[in-house]
Amino acid sequence: MTMMLASVDASRLVHLSTVDLVIIVFYFALVLAIGFYLKGRSNTGEDFFMAGREMTAWIAGLSFLSANLGSLELMGWAGAAYQYGILAAHWYWIGAIPAMLFLALVMMPFYYISKTHSVPGYLKLRFGESSRALSSISFAFMTVLMSGINMYSMALVLKIVLGWNINFSIIVSSATVAIYVSLGGLRSAIFNEVLQFILIWAGALLIPILGLIDAGGWGGLKARIMTNGKAEYTHLWSTLGNFSDNPMGIHWTGIVFGLGAIISFGYWTTDFLVVQRVLSAKDLRAAKMAPIIGAGFKMMVPFIVILPGLLALAVLPMKLMPEAQALSTGGHSYNEVLPLMLARYCGPGLLGLGITALIAGFMSGMAGNVSAFTTVWTYDIYRALIKKDGTDEHYVSMGRWSTVVGVAISIGTAYLVMDFKSIMDYVQALFSFFIAPLFGTVILGMLWKRATPTGGFLGLLAGTLSSIGMWAWVKVDPAALRYVALSPHARDMAENMYRALWSWLVCVLVTVVVSMVTTPKPESELKGLVYGVTEIPSESFVPVYQRPWFWAVVVSVFFVIVNVVFW
Amino acid sequence: MKTGGSLSIWLFIGISLLVNGVLIFGAGVYEYFHPPVEQVVLYPLHANIWWGAILALIGAGYCIRFAPGKGRV
Repeated sequence: MTMMLASVDASRLVHLSTVDLVIIVFYFALVLAIGFYLKGRSNTGEDFFMAGREMTAWIAGLSFLSANLGSLELMGWAGAAYQYGILAAHWYWIGAIPAMLFLALVMMPFYYISKTHSVPGYLKLRFGESSRALSSISFAFMTVLMSGINMYSMALVLKIVLGWNINFSIIVSSATVAIYVSLGGLRSAIFNEVLQFILIWAGALLIPILGLIDAGGWGGLKARIMTNGKAEYTHLWSTLGNFSDNPMGIHWTGIVFGLGAIISFGYWTTDFLVVQRVLSAKDLRAAKMAPIIGAGFKMMVPFIVILPGLLALAVLPMKLMPEAQALSTGGHSYNEVLPLMLARYCGPGLLGLGITALIAGFMSGMAGNVSAFTTVWTYDIYRALIKKDGTDEHYVSMGRWSTVVGVAISIGTAYLVMDFKSIMDYVQALFSFFIAPLFGTVILGMLWKRATPTGGFLGLLAGTLSSIGMWAWVKVDPAALRYVALSPHARDMAENMYRALWSWLVCVLVTVVVSMVTTPKPESELKGLVYGVTEIPSESFVPVYQRPWFWAVVVSVFFVIVNVVFW
Repeated sequence: MKTGGSLSIWLFIGISLLVNGVLIFGAGVYEYFHPPVEQVVLYPLHANIWWGAILALIGAGYCIRFAPGKGRV
């Protein structure tokens, strides 16, 4: 604490009172206490890596969502809402809800019945070792990058808002995560994620409530934004007919097919960071309900993320700018929307809770990445490629150590990402490198029994390489944007959407063509892995209101309503 | 939901909300009687008083509902 106070910067945005500091310190103490409390329950591989597969639907569902509510969600999308308007909400609605429901109803049975411990583990069962090796190595690489981005975002905001030393913030937060994850494994990560989810809402919910009062309600907010000459910022779909009609420079086809059909399905159904939480469910029905519960809450997250960005457009006296420009001019960047709004409305105590909410978001994202990295490293890389004959105790020990090493690598990554101009665009690019092709491989593997091991591997490889190739092409020759994103007016976000779409198509095409000329696995080896040869347990014994599909319909109805209301 | 031993995750959440709620409520009451020179926007609403009270009440409810020995899992 002395070191922290000694490093306080006089130019900080807010000044914390004693009660704020007590709230923040109490939060750190509580998450560590949970880690120590759960230490005795993580002695076997099943406990440490899969949380004993005994989570209820609610715990798994909230953890599933919380692992995604990292710094990028809270800071990045609030900034994106300021920059692009309500279009940013597409990442929460069409860019999440259909995919989460698809995971619950269509894909979860295969993940769960196969008893795999990871998504690369499923690829091993379905397509063989080479597909697992490719996906696990690319996932591990992406995960530590993501974790580093989380750390950087957190440290930057703590420096700007509180004046805390950036190195101190990185070390304290990452050490805390390393301790509670290495002690209690996935169970500790999940329990803390549920706690963090509640704190995020408790700390962030006041901003939109007070902001709406300040702006004169939704009508007053729209009127103020219109006065600023940005009427299109409050429309979700009506400005997507042309690339040049909306602030994101994107066409509706990019949102529907690139984001809604590929990137979101890739992320929510194959990114092990989130899928791991659902695999910890106690039974198949809980595993199917968990993403549906997550979807219900996901639909509400724009209230604490997107709405503050729009409110900032209406009520903040200063104009926010890109990060590089902010650093050179001393102004405020888009990513500072939430801290600025916190400083505007929150007095002593509330400020501490708001900052705790931001830190909780950072830590849940970081813990999600680290625990997923640990599982994939231990089971899919170390055990599969380096030491195949270790004992369960040995792999648990490796899991604890790889947690610490993963955090250390993430710290290095945090310093690397400081040079990138936009955190969000960078992450979107990463998603399209690995996630979109992976979705193509997994979905064909689950739904098409003719897909062969060679087809699956080559499709995944071709999709990943084509995505990296398109990204490099545009970097070398910006004019190539007109081919990759279908318009020279497309911006970074739009380019990422279309690149994901093309790489998925390349993956699917190569998988299908190669599969047609190679030998498939016999059906006896596909039981529990593929649609048509897997017996899905019936749910006819439970009342209708307890069945996953019923709640999926309820969530779908609300999904349609919010899209129509904000059309 | 059973946790490490016999404590529920919801108990931890209740403790967190209760402690934070009491601290925020207390800070709000203190601020009410000693108004700061630099006030936040919408200061007259005294958000920390009512928001702190709401959190404390919810937290207390969870602590009672999921207290050790209640037989809840």
